[in-house]
Amino acid sequence: MDVLVRGAGVAGLAAAHELASRGAHVTVLDPLTSGRASWYAGGMLAPYCERESADQVVVDLGLRAADWWDAALPGSVIRNGTLVLAPARDVREVDRFGSRTSGYEVVKEEAIAALEPDLAGRFRRGLFFEGEAHLDPRHVLISLAARLATAGVSFETDLSHSAAGSFDWIIDCTGYFAADEDIRGVRGEMLILRTPDISLSRPVRLVHPRFPAYVVPREDNTFMVGATMIESDSHGPITARSMMELLNAVYSLHPAFGEAEVIETGAGVRPAYPDNLPRVVREGHTISINGLYRHGFLLAPAMAMRAADMIFQTRSESP
Amino acid sequence: MLRLYKTELSSRLLLGTAQYPSPAILADSIKASGTEIITVSLRREMAGRKSGDRFWSLVRSLGTHILPNTAGCHTLKEAVLTAQMARDVFATDWIKLEVIGNHDTLQPDVFALVEAARILSDDGFKVFPYTTDDLVVAERLLDVGCEVLMPWCAPIGSALGPLNLYALRSLRGHFPEVPMIIDAGLGRPSHAAMVMELGFDAVLLNTAVAKAADPVAMAGAFALATQAGRAAYRAGMLEPRDVAVPSTPVIGKAVFAQ
Repeated sequence: MDVLVRGAGVAGLAAAHELASRGAHVTVLDPLTSGRASWYAGGMLAPYCERESADQVVVDLGLRAADWWDAALPGSVIRNGTLVLAPARDVREVDRFGSRTSGYEVVKEEAIAALEPDLAGRFRRGLFFEGEAHLDPRHVLISLAARLATAGVSFETDLSHSAAGSFDWIIDCTGYFAADEDIRGVRGEMLILRTPDISLSRPVRLVHPRFPAYVVPREDNTFMVGATMIESDSHGPITARSMMELLNAVYSLHPAFGEAEVIETGAGVRPAYPDNLPRVVREGHTISINGLYRHGFLLAPAMAMRAADMIFQTRSESP
Repeated sequence: MLRLYKTELSSRLLLGTAQYPSPAILADSIKASGTEIITVSLRREMAGRKSGDRFWSLVRSLGTHILPNTAGCHTLKEAVLTAQMARDVFATDWIKLEVIGNHDTLQPDVFALVEAARILSDDGFKVFPYTTDDLVVAERLLDVGCEVLMPWCAPIGSALGPLNLYALRSLRGHFPEVPMIIDAGLGRPSHAAMVMELGFDAVLLNTAVAKAADPVAMAGAFALATQAGRAAYRAGMLEPRDVAVPSTPVIGKAVFAQ
């Protein structure tokens, strides 16, 4: 069976991997060189934390994501949990966060220091979500594409119309760029900082009534800091205000971030449906996976499996 | 019937549109609340030319009146400019005027507020000023052309409910004819009922609904509380007394020995 996957972001690569591993012959088509939302993702596999603002469906679909990614790319998933903190003044926000979520234990000063020694003495109270994980999205996107190519998946940047018609199935994973009227963009801005003065073992979320932010540790003393949520389709550069808010948040986590180098600033546009939940929709021999919103790495595995099930069930049903 | 700048409304609840889990939940909350006026913030969502189009068409499709606000403006100039942009974008001369004086508490800068209200009223805007519960500031705002006031009852998003009942009563008492909407600080439906019982004309909510575990259900709860408070105000409430007053006569009742 020949399948064309349009889009090489996280949804497309996850679908390509799922289909290829079930025996399909997969071609990935992506003319983009930049502009993929997943390139700017945090890479947190944090279904429990996301429940703070997302529907229970996101938890249910996201629980197996860490195992799926670990199987797809062994060693890519770091299972150190998530730490949720608030500055002393906003400590009630931690309780509010806790009242909306599950799967955590309340941690006091000593426990926080044991988890993240560099944060010792800075926070009195937080939540520790032990069952959560994270990965480096850029590492995963690059490595997975390479692995798929080795396994026989072909990657194209251009395909003639007639060639596109020769596939048994087309999976559309073009996200914001798909021709779907219900999809809107939700802009997210991020920073990458580098400092050797502080190290973290896991994503730390800072809850704040107006400016929630998170810091995800990555390789080489770098940290991804994100992310704004703005109802906008603009792919333009980060605004001064957003940068100020993100830097403020990370500085309140630890003043050492004040001395960090700003390696990169970026902005991506998340594709979202009105309910901010993902959809897998089949129309004839085209299946579209879209609306992953801020849950690309968390939900792409479940969506890929759903699309693959559609294809393989249809085949087994046909005479 | 509530009358705001000659527009008649039957709902006494106004809803803000920020911080909801999704546009779909926002839309359902608006429906559940029965609100006829929603407030929208122009500042960030409008950065960029066609940005946020789909969000706005969703919001517009709900058919409510739109009250643009100048949330996040810290200076007179910013607020006036934002109001002018909002008039173009939303094709309305209504403006909820906010001039923030303190970045942290979001307390209004009442001095700049009065001045901005004067400029905008002179320019033909129908100004809904977000103000404190200060009587003199209220008077100044009316002097410069405001016909509606939006006093806070506690800081924005604090969910504390009415903090200074004396000031709120005094405001109501001094300006019995001016439509007043309690804006900011309401946390739970009982707070809304309480200020409606004081005789305020309407309430504006955002965080208390948007950040509830179930925003749609909470929007409905606030709608009921607002109606109950209004109905109670009109019905005339019994004032508290220091002594018990039985509702059935005790004189002449048969007394049985133990």
